[in-house]
Amino acid sequence: MAPSFDHLRDEDLDEDDFDVDEVDISDIREKYEVQLEQGYDAFVVVDGLPEVTEEQKPKLVKFLLKKLNTVGKTREDLIFMPMGEDGKSLRFAFVEYSDPAEAAAACRQLDLVPLDKKHILRVNKLTDVDRYGREGRIDDEYTPPQIEEFQEKEHLRSFMADPSGRGRDQFVMFRGESVGVFWNNEKDQPENIVDRQHWTETFVQWSPLGTYLTSVHAQGVQLWGGPSWTRQRRFAHPFVNLVAFSPNEKYLVTWSNRPIAIPEEGHPALSVEDHGKNYVIWDIETSKPLRSFAQLDTPAAAEGEAPKKAPKFPWPAFKWSADDKYVARLNPGQSISVYELPRMNLLDKTAIKIEGVVDFDWAPATVQRDGVKNYEQLFCFWTPEIGSNPARVGLMSIPSKQVVRSLNLFSVSDAKLHWQSEGAYLCVKVDRHSKSKKSQATTLEIFRVKEKGVPVEVVDTIKDTVINFAWEPKGDRFVIITTTEPVGATAVPPKTSVAFFCPEKAKGNAVGNFKHLRTLEKKNSNAIYWSPKGRFVVVATVANTQSSDLDFYDLDFEGEKPESDKDLTANLQLMNTADHYGVTDVEWDPSGRFVATWASAWKHSMENGYHLYDFKGEQLREEAIEKFKQWQWRPRPATLLSKEEQKAIRRNLREYSRIFEQEDAERISSADVAVVEARRRLLEEWFAWREAITQEVAEEREIYGLPADPAAELIKAKDAEHAGDAEEQVIEEIMEEVLEETEEIVQ
Amino acid sequence: MRPILLSGHERALTQIKYNRDGDLLFSVSKDQQICVWFAHNGERLGTYHGHQGAIWTIDVDPTSTILASGSADNTIRLWEIKTGRLLKTWDFPTAVKRVEFSEDGSKLLGVTEKRMGHLGTIVVLDIKLDVDAEQSDEKVMTIVCEDSKPTVAGWSYLSKYIIAGHEDGSISQFDGKNGDLLYNIPIHELNQPITDLQWSHDRTYFITASKDKTSKLITAKDLEVLKTYPADTPLNSATITRKKDYVILGGGQAAMDVTTTSARQGKFEARFYHKIFESEIGRVRGHFGPLNTVAADPTGKSYASGGEDGYVRIHHFDKGYYDFMYEVERERQNKLNQQQQQQAATA
Repeated sequence: MAPSFDHLRDEDLDEDDFDVDEVDISDIREKYEVQLEQGYDAFVVVDGLPEVTEEQKPKLVKFLLKKLNTVGKTREDLIFMPMGEDGKSLRFAFVEYSDPAEAAAACRQLDLVPLDKKHILRVNKLTDVDRYGREGRIDDEYTPPQIEEFQEKEHLRSFMADPSGRGRDQFVMFRGESVGVFWNNEKDQPENIVDRQHWTETFVQWSPLGTYLTSVHAQGVQLWGGPSWTRQRRFAHPFVNLVAFSPNEKYLVTWSNRPIAIPEEGHPALSVEDHGKNYVIWDIETSKPLRSFAQLDTPAAAEGEAPKKAPKFPWPAFKWSADDKYVARLNPGQSISVYELPRMNLLDKTAIKIEGVVDFDWAPATVQRDGVKNYEQLFCFWTPEIGSNPARVGLMSIPSKQVVRSLNLFSVSDAKLHWQSEGAYLCVKVDRHSKSKKSQATTLEIFRVKEKGVPVEVVDTIKDTVINFAWEPKGDRFVIITTTEPVGATAVPPKTSVAFFCPEKAKGNAVGNFKHLRTLEKKNSNAIYWSPKGRFVVVATVANTQSSDLDFYDLDFEGEKPESDKDLTANLQLMNTADHYGVTDVEWDPSGRFVATWASAWKHSMENGYHLYDFKGEQLREEAIEKFKQWQWRPRPATLLSKEEQKAIRRNLREYSRIFEQEDAERISSADVAVVEARRRLLEEWFAWREAITQEVAEEREIYGLPADPAAELIKAKDAEHAGDAEEQVIEEIMEEVLEETEEIVQ
Repeated sequence: MRPILLSGHERALTQIKYNRDGDLLFSVSKDQQICVWFAHNGERLGTYHGHQGAIWTIDVDPTSTILASGSADNTIRLWEIKTGRLLKTWDFPTAVKRVEFSEDGSKLLGVTEKRMGHLGTIVVLDIKLDVDAEQSDEKVMTIVCEDSKPTVAGWSYLSKYIIAGHEDGSISQFDGKNGDLLYNIPIHELNQPITDLQWSHDRTYFITASKDKTSKLITAKDLEVLKTYPADTPLNSATITRKKDYVILGGGQAAMDVTTTSARQGKFEARFYHKIFESEIGRVRGHFGPLNTVAADPTGKSYASGGEDGYVRIHHFDKGYYDFMYEVERERQNKLNQQQQQQAATA
């Protein structure tokens, strides 16, 4: 029965009748008591100032203010510089900023900044001075820090030495819950190096030079490496989603869609300043965080305009220059923030303002431009048409911030930037619309970055939509895929055309004009995978339920060249077409000898597994593995051989290949011997067992007095029974078979 | 190897069986028909009428006199092979999933389904191998399986053991005389039912097929796994060939699962493996539904497969099949031949 007023007992009514003083509120008081210390959060202590007298003091304060105001707001009267008894300053000052964030910024950016030639500023938070410097916290006696004995670490590049001496490549496979690293054995079962259950929670990733294997966990990122696959580094970014390395493996960017929440008891790696941030940039060598960033707010769409589909999370948000010295982030429509490493301060303390900027990309290599003495890092960017101003593509040199080249374009609806792997060319794929905005066309504007003045060449006007573009790595040819139908979520994938382009033959070392080589129509292809060494390319149809072709092309076919191509620097030949049903990903090995294709359980659950092809498109292996998720070849660092040495090898290739072929033959024959030996053993074991069991059963039958062959005995008995009552019949069956039929016409 | 296509059934095949001489092939299907065919040309010899439900299983005695069948109409029936006459009907509370004669034909076991409060059981009946004799009504023995229901069962050599395969992937060994459980060993993956169990010619070892995509060769005496044959699809049936040391596996993605997997490849093929080396030798295509049952001719001349598509295909082996030999096998063969010659010479 539910309690009603009638049923209420007196005790229930007197609930509030207790002594207020008896209540223990110490825990609540502790929690909510105003902490005086917090009031000092906006204060910093500036050390390392020159000694001044009372007269010189205002001058110093003024000078100091200039510095101090670069990171926050403070005023003359908020600087307190204590004076000693001798009328001279004590060489330090207290400064109050308008809020604690500015004080923190001051500590980060002004600490260790030289004031003049003799004086270097030391900036600390007042609360820190109090916390660490309070009496009793510091031992008066100096105790030298314990220096741990040097321990030799494992060689992180030991993977380059294949124990079999065949220069095989490694790869990682993530299937089910386990991650394994293997040597590629071509046709044979890959040789397992290490296999661990639950090595990662979401995915694995190699670092760009192959030194580390990255595993991703809810607690952060871990790097593994060395011959015993021990943990090398740990980066505690809670709920990390994505990871990106700088090109030379010096730094790491981690990203989580959840802002970092620093628990009260603190975090082993991150500090309070990182609270609420999404990105962390780490130094790999020390595994320390360098700086953290919050997600940029996507600008609200202007009124009246249809809300633009904001790119969910642009990744990589932080892009690295080729030499790891700079990292930059785009502030869409406004500027590009370039940070200098390792200090992670904004280059020249300000973001580079580029009105309307949509996208930018660093040159993937340090480009040696003609007529320039200092080779600087380059990035390209583009801005759309704003008002009556044309759209613009620019090349900027960092750190000088010079715009090396810029190009104005009209009627631009979109542009995509594609660098060639050595930074020699930049292709800007420009989608243009007609004045009525009804028809579309695409042009390819190619910047020849290495040549003097950076000439721009317009390659072709393409009526169809270009859905994919890829440069030949270290080369000067490219492939595009176009479609006439609008790209969208249609049930039937669009018919596409694959077009090849290459430069014309030119005198000397010059590269001629880019010309159209060939177009292959009525394809379904949607992806281009160049061999990392160039020359060979796989054009594939991936993540498609109807079609899954893999076309292997050679662009330097050593056969007859068609007359029409004789002025061009390519000879195209389709070498092979393979089919891998349900393929979702394709990857070349770093040596350009093999291609792995796989159907990942992340995308669909049909026939998950991998295929392995050689560069000619000959299938070597095929394995269906349930819950196959990921395959990744282990990258290799750049070769240490000089150009001449590489040339020498290429010249003597015939010699080398003779030796290798011999080795291969020997290996195969010895493997065959082992297999035969194993089979012989199996056969012997089987027949030994058969003999033993047959004998045993025969003995048992004898004991029971049963016939050796019960069925034969039964039939004999049955025949004996019927022997008397039936005449023997002979049934003859005559069969005719036509062996040959010939027809002759008799005249 | 040109197959003979037997299109006498209207629904999915459930079991096919050769007689001991390999000249007759019996087939049962869900369409309530029992058919008997000449194995050498695929001509239908006749049918046996009487069952009122899908027929799950069939067996023929060693003298090719009597036929036993088990059906979803909850009966085991005995038939005279020569005339098609119904000799005897035993009634059970649930469907009969498997019947098998002992090596001397004197006993018949039946596996009954677990349903409607009845546990799965293995019953043993005494059989008189005489078409005119009165068959006993009484069950000689009933083994009740409380843990996991039996799906298949069979008699070992000397009728010493009854071996049963279970729904949970385990294999049991029972005493053939009193029905005591001697061993129960998890052989296949947990809860992947065992779908078939067929004997070697002398019943000292047997082959299993399971939904866990593997087939295993196991000894009857100690339930020791001798060989494992991995496939890439759930298996419904497996058989051991005579004359050549091969095994044949049949299976394929079940029709009910086809929508969740690729329809392109149902993997409806009969797979040949080398019995001793466990390596796959070849595949035979043809069915357009999963293979429900495969059987090898006891004389080694042919094999047959029955599919979900309602067809039985008989394949007669050609010369290449008999000639194919691994190097080590040939070696052994030559050695044996030499020994024989020497013996003949000394004699």
